Amino acid sequence: MKNKSVTAKGYLLNTAVLAVVLIVFFTLAATLGSTGEFKLILAPSLWQCCYLVILSASLNLVLGFLGQLSLGHCGFMAIGAYAAALLSLAAQRAGIFTDKSGPVFVLVLLGCILIAGILAALVGLLVGIPALRLKGDYLAIITLGFGMIIVNIINNLPFAGQNGLAEGSASASLYKNGLGFGTASKVTYIWVPILLTLLSMTMMFMFIRSKYGRAIRAIRDDEIAASASGINTSFYKVFTFAYSAFFAGMAGALYACANATLSTSSFAFTNGGILNSTFIVVMVVLGGMGSLTGSMVAAVIMFIVNYQIKNGSWVDALPSAVQGIFAYPMLVYAIVLIIVIMFRPKGIFGSYEFSLIHLKRDFLNHRAKAAAQKAEKKGAKVHA
Amino acid sequence: MPETKIPVLETKKLGITFGGLKAVQDFNIQIYEGELVGLIGPNGAGKTTVFNMLTGVYLPTEGSVLLNGEVLNGKKTHQFVAAGVARTFQNIRLFKDMSVIDNVKTAFTKDIQYNMVDALFRTPKFWKTEKELTEKALDLLDIFHLQEKADWLASSLPYGQQRKLEIARALATDMKLLLLDEPAAGMNPTETAELLECINTIRNRFGVAILLIEHDMSLVLNVCQRIQVIDYGQTIAKGLPEEIVKNPKVIAAYLGE
Repeated sequence: MKNKSVTAKGYLLNTAVLAVVLIVFFTLAATLGSTGEFKLILAPSLWQCCYLVILSASLNLVLGFLGQLSLGHCGFMAIGAYAAALLSLAAQRAGIFTDKSGPVFVLVLLGCILIAGILAALVGLLVGIPALRLKGDYLAIITLGFGMIIVNIINNLPFAGQNGLAEGSASASLYKNGLGFGTASKVTYIWVPILLTLLSMTMMFMFIRSKYGRAIRAIRDDEIAASASGINTSFYKVFTFAYSAFFAGMAGALYACANATLSTSSFAFTNGGILNSTFIVVMVVLGGMGSLTGSMVAAVIMFIVNYQIKNGSWVDALPSAVQGIFAYPMLVYAIVLIIVIMFRPKGIFGSYEFSLIHLKRDFLNHRAKAAAQKAEKKGAKVHA
Repeated sequence: MPETKIPVLETKKLGITFGGLKAVQDFNIQIYEGELVGLIGPNGAGKTTVFNMLTGVYLPTEGSVLLNGEVLNGKKTHQFVAAGVARTFQNIRLFKDMSVIDNVKTAFTKDIQYNMVDALFRTPKFWKTEKELTEKALDLLDIFHLQEKADWLASSLPYGQQRKLEIARALATDMKLLLLDEPAAGMNPTETAELLECINTIRNRFGVAILLIEHDMSLVLNVCQRIQVIDYGQTIAKGLPEEIVKNPKVIAAYLGE
């Protein structure tokens, strides 16, 4: 039985271990910060991992916990990315900050990320109110459509879009103007994605482990029974959708920081890269629908897979026939998805949440409990 | 029966039409506090349709539903629950991938006063509410002897206990009127006897009004104080159990002429 003392102890233990890991990491970062490996590979990878973790966990709220298939998650990310980029650009032009240092810049940076999230949440609200009246395939189609519409609208806005950011130039340079970070600043501001990921994950956990989490899991399991238990299903659905979009927006803002240029094509559904809504769905399914820790692990795995396909030297060593597959990363993700669905449909974690305090108990009790439940169920069936 | 008292549930000429089909017509019923009324009829008579109208799933095309004198027509299901109507389903509808205790805690919608800020910052109010909910849920589960299985998955419970959990969840909504849709369906005699005991416990402990749909006649005749019979959407008889079993119309509806 869960009670407050165990839960509180669990929070303390997890926080303590996390704090130790972070201290070790930042000490290492401080000493290795100037070396090539860290600066050129590890730090940028960490930025990418962080926004992928936020993205997959936030989609898991809708897909795994609320049980609604949304294929437009990248649209919210695009909104966040462009909002943060445009805001920081405006701030720079207004002379609020001149170079990417100092407390004022940090404030602008965090402010931009927050506003990006809020904007994405507002659009999520607007999209969610009509879209969530539909279910299943229809919802998937309409969210897919909304994702495309959002990207197209941004594309055609005079002040954003393909050309807007650098006033006439197609390769809108965020790096020179606004909040785009180069490799050196990525190392300096490595705490930003880490802080945001921690905050976002905490916020999502607090959401899931409360009446909100119970309500949306109830809606996932049986919507009619949920409303017959007094749950205002439309409210919880739209709220969760907007809440999830909030994090997608912040992830988008991080993406804008991590990239020198912004282009709507990187958020388009047809994009073969790491950023499209199906890729996020693959991450969620791989990690386990209904497990936030699973989403985190899956995001890192998928990042490594993607990185290896694109940069790994081992790919060149493969026979050319096999190498051909890797020219189409989307194909690899599709194969990953099919393998997961065939051999472990609930994903790596299922609905299990990793927690240090429950580690021993879970592994010891899990088998015994499953066996007992199976035996009783079997017995009851025979009895009936 | 005290006629001056306001009935917990009253329907006036309730009816619904699907296209050209008059599924239920002119359905009138009054249930008073602490009463257990049976609603019986052959398959397809419209019993579950009545339940769906009483819980806001279907919008009646005519007539009205009154709960303690308050008109509930046109409200949504969760508003019916807020007003005090709870139900179970003919085919069990549990939150399968949630623990037994979470199934019950989900339904305490009226008792949860904390908001998003409390949840995010884990305020004392949050802890207090959650602790109270757990205690209340365990109390409820205790009535149905489910306390030891509180952290099981709902889907791993045997059939009879799933039925009981569904009733426990309905009770958690703090209702005035409980609608039970064929609670004994698919149960063996032992389980039915246990269910009978449960229903009696509920009446004694909560003093709620219950409307029961059931095919198991021994159960219906045993527990119901009054019975209403419908066939082809129309009420063909209502009265005391002993009157109903002798009613020629009822016998004709069940056995044919």
